[in-house]
Amino acid sequence: MRATAAEESQSGNLVLLCLASWAIPGAGHLWLGRRNKGLVFLVALPLMFAVGLSLRGRLFPFDFSDPLVLLEALADFGMGATYFLSKALGYGAGDVRAVTYEYGNAFLVVAGLLNLLVVIDAYDIALGRK
Amino acid sequence: MRSHLLLLILFAFFVSLVFAAIAKDDVREQIRYGGAMFAGFVVSAIVLGWLMYPFPL
Repeated sequence: MRATAAEESQSGNLVLLCLASWAIPGAGHLWLGRRNKGLVFLVALPLMFAVGLSLRGRLFPFDFSDPLVLLEALADFGMGATYFLSKALGYGAGDVRAVTYEYGNAFLVVAGLLNLLVVIDAYDIALGRK
Repeated sequence: MRSHLLLLILFAFFVSLVFAAIAKDDVREQIRYGGAMFAGFVVSAIVLGWLMYPFPL
């Protein structure tokens, strides 16, 4: 069965919504009119990510030879534009000698994973499930 | 900041805040849910820390 033009337009909007929500934490919720939630995500997640960077955590490379590093890289990648901006500005090299290195990694990884949860939440709201 | 406890509290705060905002819509429920999660994080970390205290490294 072929999708109608309205259904295709809606699925296109959903993809755009998810991409926006991934790229800018909270953007999806702001788009859907959930202003308070969107602002909470917009402030909390980049701040958590910045704390991770300030603790000398590392933005892991996509190393397919090491599954754990790859998983951490995927989690970091979950932060969207903040991830690319940090890379471009030269942050996230990581300092394994720093006492706070592992704490920094935990903040970075969890911030990325939480943003992916936020994307799923925005998707659910857009579909009317919430 | 190098304090393990303060970093744990900061981590618990961020995670509880985001989870409460995702899981609940009403502000009162968010505060209750987020507060319970935050307390759970901190108390369980302290209890586990003390339970591990007798074990040598």
